[in-house]
Amino acid sequence: MSVLFILIGISILVASVFLGAFIWAVRSGQYDDEYTPAVRILLDDVTPKKNHKKEPESISKTR
Amino acid sequence: MFYFYSMNGFSGGNILKKTVQTCYHCGEQCDEKDLLFYDSQVFCCNGCQTVYQILSENELTNYYQLEENPGLSPRHSRYNHKYEFLDDDALRDSLLEFSDGGISKVVFLVPQIHCTSCIWLLENLHRLDEGVRSCRVDFLKRTATIVFEQDKISLKKLVLLLAGLGYEPAITMAEGDHQKTTKRNFRIYYQLGIAGFAFGNIMLFSLPEYFGLEGEFISHFAELFAYLNIVISLPVLLYSDQDYFKSAYLGLKQKTVNLDVPICLGIIALYGVSLYEIFSQTGPGYLDTFAGLIFFLLTGKAFQQKTYEKLSFERDYKSYFPISVTVIDKHKKEVSKPVKNLTQGERILVRNQELIPADSILLQGRALVDYSFVTGEAAPLEKVNGEIIYAGGRQMGESIELEVVKEVSQSYLTSLWNNEVFSKHQENAITLMVNKNSKYFTAIIVTIATLAGLYWLSVSGLGTGVKVFSSVLIVACPCALALSTPFTLGHTIRVLGRNHFYLKNATVIEALANADTIVFDKTGTLTDTSSTSTYFKGKDLSVEENLYIKSVLRNSTHPLSRRLFESMEGDVLEVSGFYEYTGKGVEGKVAGKTVKLGSAAFVTDDTNTYREQQTSVYVSIDGNLLGYYIFENHFRDGIAAIMSGLKKFRFYVLSGDNPKEKDRIQSLMGSSTSLFFNQSPADKLHFVDKLQGEQKSVIMVGDGLNDAGALKKSNVGIAITDNVSNFSPACDVIMDASVFHKLDQFIGFAGTGVKVIKSCFLISFLYNVVGLTVTVSGHLSPLFAAIVMPLSSITIVLYTTLVVNWLAKRQGL
Repeated sequence: MSVLFILIGISILVASVFLGAFIWAVRSGQYDDEYTPAVRILLDDVTPKKNHKKEPESISKTR
Repeated sequence: MFYFYSMNGFSGGNILKKTVQTCYHCGEQCDEKDLLFYDSQVFCCNGCQTVYQILSENELTNYYQLEENPGLSPRHSRYNHKYEFLDDDALRDSLLEFSDGGISKVVFLVPQIHCTSCIWLLENLHRLDEGVRSCRVDFLKRTATIVFEQDKISLKKLVLLLAGLGYEPAITMAEGDHQKTTKRNFRIYYQLGIAGFAFGNIMLFSLPEYFGLEGEFISHFAELFAYLNIVISLPVLLYSDQDYFKSAYLGLKQKTVNLDVPICLGIIALYGVSLYEIFSQTGPGYLDTFAGLIFFLLTGKAFQQKTYEKLSFERDYKSYFPISVTVIDKHKKEVSKPVKNLTQGERILVRNQELIPADSILLQGRALVDYSFVTGEAAPLEKVNGEIIYAGGRQMGESIELEVVKEVSQSYLTSLWNNEVFSKHQENAITLMVNKNSKYFTAIIVTIATLAGLYWLSVSGLGTGVKVFSSVLIVACPCALALSTPFTLGHTIRVLGRNHFYLKNATVIEALANADTIVFDKTGTLTDTSSTSTYFKGKDLSVEENLYIKSVLRNSTHPLSRRLFESMEGDVLEVSGFYEYTGKGVEGKVAGKTVKLGSAAFVTDDTNTYREQQTSVYVSIDGNLLGYYIFENHFRDGIAAIMSGLKKFRFYVLSGDNPKEKDRIQSLMGSSTSLFFNQSPADKLHFVDKLQGEQKSVIMVGDGLNDAGALKKSNVGIAITDNVSNFSPACDVIMDASVFHKLDQFIGFAGTGVKVIKSCFLISFLYNVVGLTVTVSGHLSPLFAAIVMPLSSITIVLYTTLVVNWLAKRQGL
């Protein structure tokens, strides 16, 4: 049953990692702004189309 | 969060969309004849169309898909300064957060940020100018952090780019004054995290105890677990609960016993007994209860700390004044100079829409000064050469030249901030109700503990005596009591915030509930400056006469003329010989008749009969006096309802104005209300001070900079504002003007919150009776403690949550 000692050690280690992760998250500014990132992730990245001026013409031609 | 923009009218056109044309960019409804068409969309003005053009050329029309009519018309921008001063190296560097010559970082406050589209557009700023590296928006703080390359785009150009899009950054004295961006204090997060970590792990190691598992195998581990618990709980003792010890110590030093004293007694007892039991191997200790207690207490504390990041409760005149001003030097050259370095005797140039930064004498130009923000007075004041113009007004119209007579900080208005009210911290002026009662609480539990301890000492010896003594302290630790206040107040703040009544912090609630006197400012607070009504008094005007008057008014740029003109109907006729007499009135010939409009002295010679009681415009045609137009302030709705809703209060009205509207206010507010007129900003402050000297607890309701002293001095300062992200003077509460009529309900609800806390005391008391009975009889087991203490905490949290929200619903909030 001495394996339990190792398991106890691991359990504390895992918990400590989570505590450390939490402290790191606060330190690195992840709690500075609790609103904007939630909106930002829903916004689409629109890559500029270089040939945008030609597009309307091609549509009108196909008609 | 998005209700703000709907309130501001940005989406106001939704319902009427089919009948009225709304601007595709800003959503404003516009006159059929002023419409602009571009790209099969409708625009209300050139500004809006230009923004659309820029965006569509850069493939950024997604802006219009995210929200309906998200734009801001550039013509509405408040901060219309010229930006030459941004070319000044010293000034520019004071604004920059970071710069290595090439790459610079700047944080702008952009009050116009109001919706998802704003975030999207600003964060795509790099596509509008290649000099911009990146832009990050913090929606709640309304800031944009921009990284840019100075050799590709100067700071001035960057500001102009933003302003051109309708997102003009607010650059005020406060921005350049000190390095802002006060970091939020995350200490409580760390404390909470560590306490939570310890609480969970210690509970895990205490599981065998909870289930009463015994046997050789378990006891083998019991010792190890106990020592591990000590190690884990140490950071909680040394770091997480620090603030309670500090507060208790500070309290005792000032000879007051606050609630943190019994909490600390409980903590010491808990930890001490646990250490004793573990080292003497007589038991497992109560470390789980200890960590849990701290965890719950900190949760309550964090919950109470509701902050409204978009609001600032600490602003002074510096956030209102511009950072720089144009000075005319000896060689008649115009140079930019920081406002704070302005000295007496200097000549300054103030352009249209710019603020007058210091008390000065008008040298040249026609001054029309809008003091609406300082005094709340809606109509701009006209000044003639040689007159003193007080700082804080906004020039409307042409550029004027002034000579500074007083430095910025010594001005009539700003010298208010030299009063000691602003220098001393009043942070802990309010003693919370809990703290007032805690000395009795502490005395009672210490007495019970001592008596019970002595009894068991005599019955079964020293060991049991000490154990019972400490157990009483542990159980009676006012955990539930300490939780009831933060959670109730936290919920109350949230309910009020939902109703656009934003509290600075939780202590304001008790101050609101205890207040017995309300002092109102008049202009801008009781009256709504955005709407005034005009009506004519005198002979009935014929249709023709109306036309003549309107035709003459059309030529005048005076704000009163504009307002009258807009309120009149019909077409206009040709006017000849129009002339505007500065400070007096206008004259013109229509259809062969001479029309004169203006002050009583200008229109008629008989100034004794026609003394001006109110803001009025006299009219004469061909020398015959017809009567006068009166501009009347529109009082906010619901004043009478507020008065009847707050029966126990004494009311006062302080106005910076002359007493011309005295009778009207008196009839509106009832005869018991005392009215005071011609009050200077300092008078208002002293008035509040005097009331407080008579042991009154004063709520001051105001809006302008001239109320700043009284707002600060009062027990609760409530600032009313039409747009919460605009400037408002330092105060305890920021209230949206649209909910003014609910003021009585808000104050009533603060009282409700305090009542809920009192009922929590009862629950906590009952728990203590049960807990103490068990303890005094000498039967406290770790399991009992581990169950009862969290249970009482959870009961309180659930109770306040449910009751506060239920009561809010019932009171219609």
